[in-house]
Amino acid sequence: MRLARAARRKGPGVSEESAPRAGGEVAVAEAPAEDERRPVLKRKDNRAWWLVLPVVVSVAFTAVIPLMTVVNFSVQDVFGPNDRVFVGLEWFRSVARDPEVRAALVRTLLFSAQVLLLEIPLGVALAVCMPRRGVQVSVALVLVALPLLIPWNVVGTIWQIFARGDIGLGGWTINNVLGVNFNYTLDSTDAWITVLVMDVWHWTPLVALLAYAGLRSIPEPYFQAAQIDGASAWSTFRHIQLPRLRGVLTIAILLRFMDSFMIYTEPFVVTGGGPGNATSFLSILLSKIAVGQFDLGPAGAFSLLYFLIVQILCYVFFTVLTRSGR
Amino acid sequence: MAAATDRTTGRRLPWARTVFWLYIVTLMLPLLWMFGMSIRPNEDILGSFSLIPQRVTFDNYVTFFTDSSWYSSYLNSIIYTSLNAVMSLIVALPAAYAFSRFRFAGDKHLFFWLLTNRMAPPAVFLLPFFQIYQSVGLFDTHLGVAIAHMLFNVPLAVWILEGFMSGIPREIDETAAIDGYSLPRFFVRIFLPMIRSAIGVTLFFCFMFSWVELLIARTITSVDAKPIAATMTRTVSAAGVDWALLATAGVLTIVPGAIVIWFVRNYIAKGFTMGRV
Repeated sequence: MRLARAARRKGPGVSEESAPRAGGEVAVAEAPAEDERRPVLKRKDNRAWWLVLPVVVSVAFTAVIPLMTVVNFSVQDVFGPNDRVFVGLEWFRSVARDPEVRAALVRTLLFSAQVLLLEIPLGVALAVCMPRRGVQVSVALVLVALPLLIPWNVVGTIWQIFARGDIGLGGWTINNVLGVNFNYTLDSTDAWITVLVMDVWHWTPLVALLAYAGLRSIPEPYFQAAQIDGASAWSTFRHIQLPRLRGVLTIAILLRFMDSFMIYTEPFVVTGGGPGNATSFLSILLSKIAVGQFDLGPAGAFSLLYFLIVQILCYVFFTVLTRSGR
Repeated sequence: MAAATDRTTGRRLPWARTVFWLYIVTLMLPLLWMFGMSIRPNEDILGSFSLIPQRVTFDNYVTFFTDSSWYSSYLNSIIYTSLNAVMSLIVALPAAYAFSRFRFAGDKHLFFWLLTNRMAPPAVFLLPFFQIYQSVGLFDTHLGVAIAHMLFNVPLAVWILEGFMSGIPREIDETAAIDGYSLPRFFVRIFLPMIRSAIGVTLFFCFMFSWVELLIARTITSVDAKPIAATMTRTVSAAGVDWALLATAGVLTIVPGAIVIWFVRNYIAKGFTMGRV
């Protein structure tokens, strides 16, 4: 985004101007002026659409057609395959007013906020602590990435057993060693904590991997400069490492936000949304309406609103993260 | 970089390493517990709590690899996941190049729109998916699942690749053009080798997200392309849950991913973030 703006300001002649430079990287180091900070300057060419076409076609097939079907559901009352009535925005109104949906929205927002607050700092901290040389690197990377590679329902299954008070190591330890009564199937706080800890366990590695990769890309001279200035470990982190991590952290935050806001499989397996409604997130409620009750109209309206909320929030994150701090 | 940190701070937090390995141990506990369950008989799992298995048995692993419904769904998952990773990559490469090199009408909107497809709530999309894939004859095929998973993998692949490509100076393209390289030839001969690590990282992420997805894969398959994760739900029977077999399948679902990350580990450790990513 930033790139495009810089290029726009310079106009179409830009590539000729920049051609004599030795190379983008050098230019970055020597001329940190706003317009030249980026190594690549873009040329305007609408033929680039041909390059993007395969993506547009494939995504249209996998996303747009189903989306249209959902839009179709959302404005109709479906009684049977050939028996449907147009109801306009009725479903949207009833969904938006539904207290159960609102409660689930608050719950999901709270969950996403907690997930981000826990996983982003923890992931960055892990990345900073991760070994950087030798065999340890390989071992550490593979071990850290393991939770990411487990199918989501298996993650749910693992925690369903692990957190059980009678036969699971985690639940058993809390009950018998710490002496706290812990039962995620009966107590709503315990259920919430179980789902949250599971998510932190499952997804912090993603943040850690991205942050680690970001840290590895910081050029050596930055640290030498910090060393000359006698910077402490903290200020090296705060003023050199953290700013350089903004790009990867943008991705990490967006991915974690999207996925935690849409979390379904894992809590469904562990708690099924219970006890009561304690862990009934938007997606769980949605699939209850769509698959359980087969109310396609409300479910369609619900998912469009849901989709819209995720998009707006992501757009806000995206804008804030890519524009600020320059 | 390690050396840099060491020299810079003079006291690269001595406890950092310890904290890290402690975290790894914590991380491993649930996995080890699952492994522990996979090698003990069901009665022992449900009977009483014990840290170390009383009786060790590998029967569950034997069952897994001799029962065709288990190992064939395992193969199904591997096939459609690999297919998806390759297809997503092929589709995403030119697009990422376009986004990193050119401005064109609606480019920024298109870029964000691509990302939004990762955000579609799956629950309601399942029914349309089922109908569409059935009507075009892709239902219960590996190709069908691979295409369906492009929904979330293509945007991600474009996103990652674009970041890498933006880090490579344009001058390279121009020099190649002056040397008489056509765009396709330049792309294959010069550009692709330069972004090898990006390709590795992208393949890893595509593989990972496709491998762990269950809802869509389960909806558009029945027998021939049934994913392993769906077969695992089968262990719930009238006699209760076969925890040991479930744990065995769980352990085995980690293996392919672990192999993939072993191959791309160096790319992640080195130039993952050449560009904006």
